[in-house]
Amino acid sequence: MRATIEVSGLRKRFGPTVALDGMSFTVRPGRVTGFVGPNGAGKSTTMRVILGLDAADEGHALIGGRPYRALRSPLRHVGALLDAGALQPGRTARDHLLWLARSQGLPAGRVDEVLERVGLESAARRRAGGFSLGMRQRLGIAAALLGDPPVLLLDEPVNGLDPEGIVWMRGLLRSLAGEGRAVLVSSHLMGELEGTADHLVVVGRGRVIADTGVADLIAAASRDRVTLRTAARAAAASALDRAGAAVAATGQDALVVSGLPPERVVAVLNADGVPFSEVAAYRVTLEQAYLDLTGDAVEYRGAAR
Amino acid sequence: MSAGSGEFGRLLRAEWTKFRTVRGWVAAMAAGALVTVLLGLLSASGSHASCGAGPVETACPPHPVGPGGEAVTDKFFFVHRSLTGNGGITVRLTSLTGQIRKPDATPGVRNVVPGVVPWAKTGVMVKAGTRQGAPYAAVMMTGAHGVRMQHGFTHDVAGRPGGVSKGSPRWLRLTRSGDTLTGYESADGARWTRIGAATLAGLPRTVRIGMFATSPGDLTVTRADLGGSVAAERFTEATGEFDRIAVEGDAPGGWRDDDIGVTLGPDGSPHHPGRAARSGGALSVTGTGDIAPTVEGPAVEDPLGGAPAGLLPVIVVAVAFVTAEYRHGLIRTTLLAGPRRGRTLLAKAFALGLAAFAAALPAVAVAFTAGGRILRANGNVLLSAPPSTQVRVVVGTAVLFALAAVLALALGALLWRGVAAVVTAAVVIVVPHVVATTSVLPDGAARWLLRVTPAAGFSVQQSIPEYPHVLGHYTPIAGFYPLPPLAGLAVLAGHTALVLGLAILRLRRRDA
Repeated sequence: MRATIEVSGLRKRFGPTVALDGMSFTVRPGRVTGFVGPNGAGKSTTMRVILGLDAADEGHALIGGRPYRALRSPLRHVGALLDAGALQPGRTARDHLLWLARSQGLPAGRVDEVLERVGLESAARRRAGGFSLGMRQRLGIAAALLGDPPVLLLDEPVNGLDPEGIVWMRGLLRSLAGEGRAVLVSSHLMGELEGTADHLVVVGRGRVIADTGVADLIAAASRDRVTLRTAARAAAASALDRAGAAVAATGQDALVVSGLPPERVVAVLNADGVPFSEVAAYRVTLEQAYLDLTGDAVEYRGAAR
Repeated sequence: MSAGSGEFGRLLRAEWTKFRTVRGWVAAMAAGALVTVLLGLLSASGSHASCGAGPVETACPPHPVGPGGEAVTDKFFFVHRSLTGNGGITVRLTSLTGQIRKPDATPGVRNVVPGVVPWAKTGVMVKAGTRQGAPYAAVMMTGAHGVRMQHGFTHDVAGRPGGVSKGSPRWLRLTRSGDTLTGYESADGARWTRIGAATLAGLPRTVRIGMFATSPGDLTVTRADLGGSVAAERFTEATGEFDRIAVEGDAPGGWRDDDIGVTLGPDGSPHHPGRAARSGGALSVTGTGDIAPTVEGPAVEDPLGGAPAGLLPVIVVAVAFVTAEYRHGLIRTTLLAGPRRGRTLLAKAFALGLAAFAAALPAVAVAFTAGGRILRANGNVLLSAPPSTQVRVVVGTAVLFALAAVLALALGALLWRGVAAVVTAAVVIVVPHVVATTSVLPDGAARWLLRVTPAAGFSVQQSIPEYPHVLGHYTPIAGFYPLPPLAGLAVLAGHTALVLGLAILRLRRRDA
């Protein structure tokens, strides 16, 4: 089976609300693809459609070329973590994984392997109802890994993890991609994906805004901008303004200049005799690049979790 | 297809694992089983019976058992002789008369009127011996159902209808050839009509052959104050007058009179004795009793009265087994593991049904055997039922638990709301049975409830069938259901399949 997820032209309405508006992208094996966008952008709906839980009004979503419902022993093809809290409180972690293993014809030994991989061996015989959110996330990851699937879909897996857990999760995602799996990780916080995702699918209002490599995105967002460090902020600003650049103050002695390449900035400042200590190409954070991109796609400002 | 059934097998194992790994569910299922046993044993321990012989209490005599294993009434006056090998008897019956005791008009004065009850009977009989319950076949005239041929207590074949009088006598003939007995009737003794034949397996070479008369009690049913009904039976007797009596075959010796199954009063004298009178070639035989399966009295299924209460915890578990998945969002995980939703819900229903069956079967078997033992030890004489019927009652009750559990689960899957589903399941499965069998409703309404609601499934517990040739108080309150056992179970199964089908449709159509 090809380790891919292909989403093509998905449309879905919930009553008057358009949830998906022509969502299309492909997730390739061997890398972590970040699936980002503000809340309400359609990430969870898209994942549920991919997993056959929701039906799209139009379009299709395929895993390794087949719709989810056509998969036999689906957990051997796709592992998914949607809602880590979806557990029967009275059932132990081991028994939760055991029934999943039975449903896929997997041996019980596989349960102990995944419990070890997520570091839950010692809690295996405890009831899931008493688990912290972080432990539930680990149990959810264990369930996703149970069938050793080539494709993984994880909805906000970092949610609720402590700093140590976040580091662990990043390492796990990198190693899963390193094993050649296609890994789709959703998040509404771009910062969570920094250093983890190789590729990004940025969505807003039910459609893809950008489908790009992380390095390319940062370069594109940073393009044509220069940071300037100077004690004479006002003089520098007026000189550059006269030369046709747009100038924005970002600190006591810092300006961001756009519209002029670095060498022209240096020439203009030298010509006017304005002192400066540093001129450099501006490099945005991933978070900033994302905010620039989704600025007009955010529907519910301030509603972030 | 093998891949498909393998998939179902895996889903079934998964659902079974889900069930057994939640301690509360296993405990509640066990509680349902325990309630069934304890209530059964409790009611058995509280039920005592004894029979009086004057001031002395004695143990009640056991019912005779017919060739089919069922409890029978075998009480009649028999004028008979021995027949060895093949042969037959031919008689002319010139009258069937009798008397019926009615409620006393003047207190203390017996109010007896002439008349015959519908199933008063007199005619000719071949019987393996004079022991009560011994195999027989008979051709007879009845009070209101014309000529009949009956054998083995439970079998009844109609001959020509009509009555009998001196002016229009009825000729009756019964022949034996090996194990086969054939009945005939005639209006003139010349042209004979065959009524039917019976094979009495293992009939001895020498049998008793002759004329008999008997008459069952007069059954009156009145509406009870609260609903339901009250039945009363009063003494009757019937007299048949025979002439032109001819026995063919090797029938040595003379006629003997036997009051088969007569009860004795406290002083040892027969109570309501029968009699025979002869004048010339004519014979008059008078008897009281019946030759029929017994339909009244404590039955083998009585210790299973705890089943409706035992079903309640089972219903709660069944509903929780599915609604907990919705409440905790686990249904999505379940559908990820088994995206073919119909199959997944079927596997869940099947696993739960098996769990309920496995819990109920030992409980029902224990309540049935131990409860029956306690009832008998307390002096109750249970109407015996053939072993196959006893197995059907026990296994059928366990199947009833399984189907009720699946119906409750399907309601849970359809309604999503635990409390609503539990209440609905209890209202459609348990409540109709309770109100139909507790003298709250008129008999007609009670029968209707037990015909159309899922409570029809309880009819699988009925061990004594309703016989058209036995007038009885066949009402739910007396343990008689309007549908045959398996038909009742089928009604429950139909409801279950319907609701499960709707639940599958809903699960398929909705986003999860």
